[in-house]
Amino acid sequence: MTSLEYAPAPETTKPQIRERYGLFVAGDWVAPQSERYFDTIDPSNESVLAKVAYAGAADVDRAVRSARKAYEKYWSKMKPAERAKYVFRIARAITERSRELAVLETMNGGKPIKESRDFDIPTSAAHFFYYAGWADKLEWAMRAGREARPIGVCGQIVPWNFPLLMAAWKIAPALACGNTVVLKPAETTPLTALALAQIVQEADLPPGTVNVLTGDGATGAALVEHPDTDKIAFTGSTEVGKAIRRAIAGTKKRLTLELGGKAAHIVFDDAPMDQAVEGIVNGIYFNQGHVCCAGSRLLVQESVHDEIVVRLTERLQTLRLGDPLDKNTDIGAVNSKAQLDKIRELVRSGIDQGATLVQQSCTLPERGYYFPASFFTGVQQSHRIAREEIFGPVLSILTFRTPDEAIEKANNTPYGLSAGIWTDKGSKNMYVAERMRAGVVWCNTFNLFDPSSPFGGYRESGFGREGGVHGLREYLAH
Amino acid sequence: MGSGAVPLCRAPKVERVARPASFKIQRARWTGPQSWFFYGHSKCGEAEPAGALMPATVDAVMLEARAGALAKRSIKTTSKIAGIRLAVACIDLTTLEGKDSEGRVRSLCAKAIRPAQHLPDIPSVAAVCVYPSLVAVAKDALRGSSVLVASVATAFPSGLSSPAVRLDDVRAAIAAGADEIDMVIDRGAFLSGRDRSVYDEIVAVKRICGELHLKVILETGELGSYDAIRRASDLALEAGADFIKTSTGKVGTNATFPVAVVMCEAIRDYARRTGRAVGLKVAGGVRTTKQALTYLVIVNETLGEAWLTPERLRIGASSLLDDLLMQYEKQLTGNYAGPDYFPKD
Repeated sequence: MTSLEYAPAPETTKPQIRERYGLFVAGDWVAPQSERYFDTIDPSNESVLAKVAYAGAADVDRAVRSARKAYEKYWSKMKPAERAKYVFRIARAITERSRELAVLETMNGGKPIKESRDFDIPTSAAHFFYYAGWADKLEWAMRAGREARPIGVCGQIVPWNFPLLMAAWKIAPALACGNTVVLKPAETTPLTALALAQIVQEADLPPGTVNVLTGDGATGAALVEHPDTDKIAFTGSTEVGKAIRRAIAGTKKRLTLELGGKAAHIVFDDAPMDQAVEGIVNGIYFNQGHVCCAGSRLLVQESVHDEIVVRLTERLQTLRLGDPLDKNTDIGAVNSKAQLDKIRELVRSGIDQGATLVQQSCTLPERGYYFPASFFTGVQQSHRIAREEIFGPVLSILTFRTPDEAIEKANNTPYGLSAGIWTDKGSKNMYVAERMRAGVVWCNTFNLFDPSSPFGGYRESGFGREGGVHGLREYLAH
Repeated sequence: MGSGAVPLCRAPKVERVARPASFKIQRARWTGPQSWFFYGHSKCGEAEPAGALMPATVDAVMLEARAGALAKRSIKTTSKIAGIRLAVACIDLTTLEGKDSEGRVRSLCAKAIRPAQHLPDIPSVAAVCVYPSLVAVAKDALRGSSVLVASVATAFPSGLSSPAVRLDDVRAAIAAGADEIDMVIDRGAFLSGRDRSVYDEIVAVKRICGELHLKVILETGELGSYDAIRRASDLALEAGADFIKTSTGKVGTNATFPVAVVMCEAIRDYARRTGRAVGLKVAGGVRTTKQALTYLVIVNETLGEAWLTPERLRIGASSLLDDLLMQYEKQLTGNYAGPDYFPKD
């Protein structure tokens, strides 16, 4: 009578997956001029889901030319209210196909279905809805008397952690402002971007307004270096971000970069402890820690350090790791073998440098890429696990004694994407938040997003903002 | 209390209260009328609170997010069957109406013992919960079964009688044969900052109850904030409650998922600090199997499996049982039987 084992509760919707995908260029599916295809897999069991076209430099050129043509001929000339209708149409289609898209996202990326169902897909639709509403009100985003003009052709490169959502963050404002787009999804997670291309096709956007090129880093580089792209928007690693910036230095191209992070998550002794623990869990284990704004550096006031560790250790045991398609799964699969290796390597360095590892006790599935929810205590500011982005379900716990020490330690990183603060005292929340060098500061919550709220980084976390009116201005000519 | 000169104070005298051996009051200190002791974020399991001494606070936004996430757990097939049986076993089958009569109570008791004749796997419920004047009837009707008789007391539901009357209410219920007492706290006293008087009354009632289970109804729908619910929970736990219970079922807002999470957290922290395991009773508005299963999930993931027993978990309800039986049969046969295939009451 005293056992409540949760029986498997798999999501049963079957998404349509084609055997082979071409490139989406000029409103149509075309074979790649590279003549190459590559496999895309399900990281939860390593099975091949589909073959995807590889876009080489010639394909990039073709896509950029089609985007240019669409820009000159249709999209920038269209009445803004008409543009809005198309963007609304995309938003509605995402909503209508939300279940299928959620399953697809989970299969291709490894994230738990509850997250793709309750976060990724609804938030993607919300971004299209939000920016559709802006399309005919763009002058309100400008200083008085200035005309709202689009930039031109935007090359957009998105990461594998939130494949559809990141595409939505980039495409929605670009379209609303009258730009055309060449989107390059991540190498490991092309399927929802290709589903979005299908939606764009069904929504009957003028051909070439949105182009989707699948490929790898070289595809992205060709897009960045193409002489006829007017803007590059990139979300991904700091390393690649720096390379992009070097590549377009001296050109007139506009650039926004949303890069890595090593967010400080500060817990004061007067915090609501149980909710702080929930915030910590949400901050680092959401999407297996594949979140650029993850609260990966926990700064705990010394007086409550032990209590937090005990509570967190207990809470870890209730996390359910396993089949990402099971509705009760909290921790899904790591996105790729390469990422899993990187996580393991950094965890190894943490142990070697003297930190103490605590992990959830669970058996990992035999196939697929999994890493248990973990945290380190006894981490020092100088440790690699306190400085480098792990991008996995691994938290580093450090301590502080006073608010000013917390602020100093929090800011002592080359990154500056996000931060979190837990205290019951409003004035302390404001004092600390004001002093955080981070683009987003969450107070008594973590990882909350809304299309109307700008998101972006400081320093090595990049520049430019996505979301809100700030995100809109990134797609309007100065 | 006034300023400055606040003396360290011993815990109130509770030594004479009959209670499990493991129960001991932790360090307590006067801090003022609103909060007469510190609940201390303690280093877990240690005798002295080692961390900062301050009351436990609750953040509504994250709490509700957590409760919402737990409510989305998908309980299917075998776990649903196990969950339904567990939920039935934890029910305090309740009738608390002005029109309650002997006949009504006898009918309810029969159903409590054997909820469905054609479903032999369904256990008896934990208890039948009635007004004090009907305790004797219930006791008689339940003779020979495992089902306990719970009686509401202390001037249920408002608690607004004189202290003497409230205590007499308890004595009368026990004299009539009650196995468990469901008392209400004086919310007026609590909300006006007289925590000490609330505490003292719980201690006094527990003294009368002796070894009998005491469930302390906080009436969370009247307390106004999660912080207050947490404080009332801590108060009742320290005062010796065997169960803390959400609601009377007589006000607009009864048991809710976030409230259950807060109370579970208080129970968990108290058990960690003292080693004494106190139960949770959710009551009021629990009508569907889905709700009942969610409460099981909340308890399972906050307190652990050790609390998934009628000894430590109760669900105060009346119509819930019918829905549980219907869902159980659906789970077994794949079809819904009409409501008339199950006895009403």
